[in-house]
Amino acid sequence: MSTDGSDPDGTPLIELRGLKKSFGAVQAVAGVDLKIIKGMVTALAGDNGAGKSSLIKTISGLWEQDEGEILWEGKPVRLRSPKDSEALGITTIYQDLALCDNLDIVQNMFLGHEVLRHFTLDEGSMEITAKKILAELEVTTVRSVRQPVASLSGGQRQSVAVAKAVMSNAKLVIMDEPTAALGVSQTAQVLALIKRLAEGGVTVLMISHNLIDIFEVADRIAVLRLGRIVADGPIDTFDSSVVVDYMTTGRSDRALTGGATGNASGQ
Amino acid sequence: MTSDQGGNVDSPTSGADTRSEPNPVLPHGDNQDEATPSLADIAAAPDVLADSLGEYVSAWVKRIRSGESGALPILLGLVLIIIIFQVQQSRFLSAGNIVNLLVQAAFFVLLGLGETFALILSEIDLSVGFVAGIGATITLALLSPSYGWPWWAAVIVGLLACAALGALQGLLITRLHLPSFVVTLASLLGLGGVLIFLFDSFHGTVGGVISLPTTGPLYNLVNGNMSTAASWIALVVAVGLYALVTITRNTRRRARNLSAPPLSITLLTIVVAGVAGALLVIVCNINRGILVPLSGVPWVLPIVVLIVVGWTLLLSKTRTGRYMYAIGASPEAARRAGIRVQWIRTVAFTLSAFTAGLGGLMYASRLGSISVGYDGSTYVLYAVAAAVIGGASLFGGYGKAVHALLGGVLIAAVVNGLALIGVSTAGEEIATALVLLAAVTVDSLVRRRGSKA
Repeated sequence: MSTDGSDPDGTPLIELRGLKKSFGAVQAVAGVDLKIIKGMVTALAGDNGAGKSSLIKTISGLWEQDEGEILWEGKPVRLRSPKDSEALGITTIYQDLALCDNLDIVQNMFLGHEVLRHFTLDEGSMEITAKKILAELEVTTVRSVRQPVASLSGGQRQSVAVAKAVMSNAKLVIMDEPTAALGVSQTAQVLALIKRLAEGGVTVLMISHNLIDIFEVADRIAVLRLGRIVADGPIDTFDSSVVVDYMTTGRSDRALTGGATGNASGQ
Repeated sequence: MTSDQGGNVDSPTSGADTRSEPNPVLPHGDNQDEATPSLADIAAAPDVLADSLGEYVSAWVKRIRSGESGALPILLGLVLIIIIFQVQQSRFLSAGNIVNLLVQAAFFVLLGLGETFALILSEIDLSVGFVAGIGATITLALLSPSYGWPWWAAVIVGLLACAALGALQGLLITRLHLPSFVVTLASLLGLGGVLIFLFDSFHGTVGGVISLPTTGPLYNLVNGNMSTAASWIALVVAVGLYALVTITRNTRRRARNLSAPPLSITLLTIVVAGVAGALLVIVCNINRGILVPLSGVPWVLPIVVLIVVGWTLLLSKTRTGRYMYAIGASPEAARRAGIRVQWIRTVAFTLSAFTAGLGGLMYASRLGSISVGYDGSTYVLYAVAAAVIGGASLFGGYGKAVHALLGGVLIAAVVNGLALIGVSTAGEEIATALVLLAAVTVDSLVRRRGSKA
């Protein structure tokens, strides 16, 4: 892994240049430059109010940035609605997971993309595909794909949300605090799922302020503070105390040798 | 902001602390997860791949105990009500009264069916009572000698008027973001007035009543009967079709290595359906005439069954139906899945009003007329009662067409039985209210036990 600082270690799938977004007087995103590398798990860390949610909502197309540009696979794109993002292959899994409790796993995975046969729902084909995807993701804890989602545990629900993203052939999966509400073993289950997702070639952007999870699963980390990226680089050039320094003060005097790439714009 | 940052940040240690905090809820889920079953275990889950009758029954019992009671409470309630009335009045279970009761039920079933669409979406439609009345009034007026329309044209115009009223309410609810309760409450009040206005404007109204000509298909809907032979042929065809579809589907599923109920269960269901149908046909074919012989299945019964089957297919086999359940549970999830939530809502209110319109035709056919005294505000409450008793949830996301069928029959049994034992109107209304309360209580108790277990 080369850590050139200016030259990232892979092709960026999506690149943000000078991204700004304000809400009235509040500048939530204050000029973000970030490259998210293809096939890697990037953790977006930052304290409450650092602008993480505003940033991912911009990428998800919930609103457009005020300034700056977004490049998808090197080409500038405009993301004016969630549909635009979806069309590119960006899927966002919010904390509420957006599942329907009364529907079963298959029905949730295919919601909005049902397979039809003779103008009616082709439950058989959908069930087979759903089983295949869950098996690929090694989600083995659910008893039946015909179980209503209401009966699943938090980790299993997260798995269904991820499987739904995989099914839509997502290239970039953005996960908002995927482990926030989970217990120990369920967290491990979800982290393993994220790893398999990346092994399958999907790029993952995971928002988290849980450093244990970040160091467990991420390939790269970007630290956001007051709407700016203050540090960005491969995970092995950071340790927890350095990340905490960046998150709280925007700088670190303890940067590891080889250098976490502190971003000048943060200071 | 800077001052409190030190306190807010999740340092690695504090992160670990949060994680190891004892959580009263999670241990259950954790244990479940840790007992990671293999893929073989998934396949062997009892309610998914029960190979034998015994396994299936035990899975079924388990499901009922866990709160997924399905239609069981209402069937038990129906049996209880039948026993009570039969003890009070031995005529209750006579062939004549059973047929009468079922014909009466058609109206409640269809109103309840319309209401079910609204309830699935977590909305309510308080207008179905008067919408049904207005549709029937328009149809009957057009059929009266003053206008003399052909029956089919009058029926189509009446039903279209109902659908248009539903679509209008749907548009008000979705475009102006008004609560359905308020919009349909306004309709309940306003359409009562419109009904009186219609009676004043149409020719052919005699003393506030528009009569239905006693010839023609609409009158014969309830008053005409299938011949004995036709009844049996219809039954055999219906059960045969049901058997064919179920067995083909299950064979297909098994061939693709998907779970399907064991053959014995399928056959049992078919036999039960056949026996129930045969009993109905036998009862209808008993001579129930007083002066002249009268027998046969009234046309209205198979038609209601067809409507219920049609709406069942719509709800369970089409995207529109699937999206209704999704929106009922989580409009936000549906929206993010790219579903046109407002469109589906409008469709649901249109279908609700259209189905109510069908109910109005059954009502008018049974009475042979419609009067200005038509009490749409009471009937809408019977509609909600039928849907809820049948098993639709007032909180949205649940409900099947067949539930409205069972609920409607139960409401009709109560109304019919009370009239038969000569209870006053006051007593009738109180008793109906108690039945509704009892049904909802049973449902809620079963569900609560389910969520605790």
